[in-house]
Amino acid sequence: MSTSTEKEMWVTKLRKGWQKNLPVEKLLPDTQPAYVASWIYLFGVATLASLGLIIATGLWLSFEGASWYHGSNVGHFVNSLHFWSVQFFFVFMVVHLWGKFWMAAWRGRRMLTWITGALAFVGSIATAFTGYLVQSNFDSQWISYEAKDGFNSVGIGSRFTVTNFGQMLLLHVAFLPVIIGIITLIHVLLVRAKGVVPPIDAFNKELGERK
Amino acid sequence: MSDRRAELESAPWGGRTRRYDLIKEGVVAVVIVAIVVAALSTLFGSPDEKQVTFKEWATAAPADFYATSVQELAGSSGTGGYGAPYNKASDGVNLGPLYLAKLLGVTHPVDTVNDFVITPLTTVSNAAPVADALKTWQASDAKTQSTWATNYDNALTKVNQDQAKVPAGNYGPVPELAAGLLTMAQAGSLDGALLSQGNYFQTDNTKQTLFLGDGSYFNDKSTASNLQGSTWGMMNETGRYPGQAWLWLYSFWYQIPPFNNGDSHPFGANADAWIMVIMGALSLGLIIMPLIPIVNKLPYKIKIHRLVWKNYYQEENL
Repeated sequence: MSTSTEKEMWVTKLRKGWQKNLPVEKLLPDTQPAYVASWIYLFGVATLASLGLIIATGLWLSFEGASWYHGSNVGHFVNSLHFWSVQFFFVFMVVHLWGKFWMAAWRGRRMLTWITGALAFVGSIATAFTGYLVQSNFDSQWISYEAKDGFNSVGIGSRFTVTNFGQMLLLHVAFLPVIIGIITLIHVLLVRAKGVVPPIDAFNKELGERK
Repeated sequence: MSDRRAELESAPWGGRTRRYDLIKEGVVAVVIVAIVVAALSTLFGSPDEKQVTFKEWATAAPADFYATSVQELAGSSGTGGYGAPYNKASDGVNLGPLYLAKLLGVTHPVDTVNDFVITPLTTVSNAAPVADALKTWQASDAKTQSTWATNYDNALTKVNQDQAKVPAGNYGPVPELAAGLLTMAQAGSLDGALLSQGNYFQTDNTKQTLFLGDGSYFNDKSTASNLQGSTWGMMNETGRYPGQAWLWLYSFWYQIPPFNNGDSHPFGANADAWIMVIMGALSLGLIIMPLIPIVNKLPYKIKIHRLVWKNYYQEENL
């Protein structure tokens, strides 16, 4: 196979692009810039840790079913693990988001990193919302009854039916987690590829600007 | 922002570095979060207030259930007059000239008379008065049925839902049908019948939920739990647990004028639609925030970043 033909191949382009933008040294670095030294940086990894726990406990709940997590002590405990993981997930994510805002973390051509992060936040709200709808308790009955009016009011309710338990379960345990998983993966890979955004005034001297 | 600055900020970092074990950090984070989550789960558990069933409703508040059944037959319930996507009874809410739900049509048809009352009654063996009432109803034309149900609904409303005080009138078999449905609900047969609608497999609870919401019992119960939208209910949870706190901004709009006044036009009466649009716009704004003038300059003006990089700024004398 000639070199020119090789360049035409999609797989070749992908491999070369990957090697150029995200070599393994960037993917799994053992050093970080000296400025990466604040408690605020912990909230990103804490969000991921919570997400891992949410997925693990969510899978467990899905396999066992509603009568298990309502009717047995172990089931209710796993349900509680899922519940508190979600609460912490959002706390960590919101702090992470605010932190990145005040760092203006989209600088240095990191716009897509911000966008994927914000999409993950909005998508997580949708995923959590469907989770509240499939709790199969009084709260989920009431939320579905109330929320239908919001979605119906702008026509979304014609297809997205919050009172349809089957549809909400599918969205919560399959469709939305896959979407969130993909967005999160892209976000993390972008962080690794682009590196952690430097301090706002880091290059003032080079640019001859005052602080 | 100059291209030169963007170039410098996007280039691989050439300054001082420090050791950083990414894998160890991840593992430690998972372990710590898991321990905290397990501790809270052990100490506080999680909210799990039992679901409301039709048996519970019909037993605890029979007059409310009975009156709601009559309203379903008369088409005067909330669902009966809802509009799209359930029926064509009204235009629904609007965004100025846009009636989006109406535009998209009846995609989830709900016939309160048959789906909520008549069909469920035909799935069980009824006592003679109810069986006869069903025959009479089914043998009548729609206009007569509507007249009977509306007459009885109005009469029942006048006496504050007290059946014993309803004067004699042209009600046809409506009182017997409502009584039959009450008996069926109290026996626990209505929940399944509403869901299945004569079928075996079913996962759509829309009809049950709409019927449940048409009565007062369900609403009163949610009011007692502070779940109503007017009391930040969107982000509340049953019991003393945190709810969807991340919906605070969505919930906020329902607390302020004009959205907290359902009688004010055009915004209050159509609050659901306008708030959905506002939140959609704000969500989009969050996603493209780096492109929004003024907002994207705030981190430069309000120098919170100096706290984040405090050590670096000191060491570099910035």
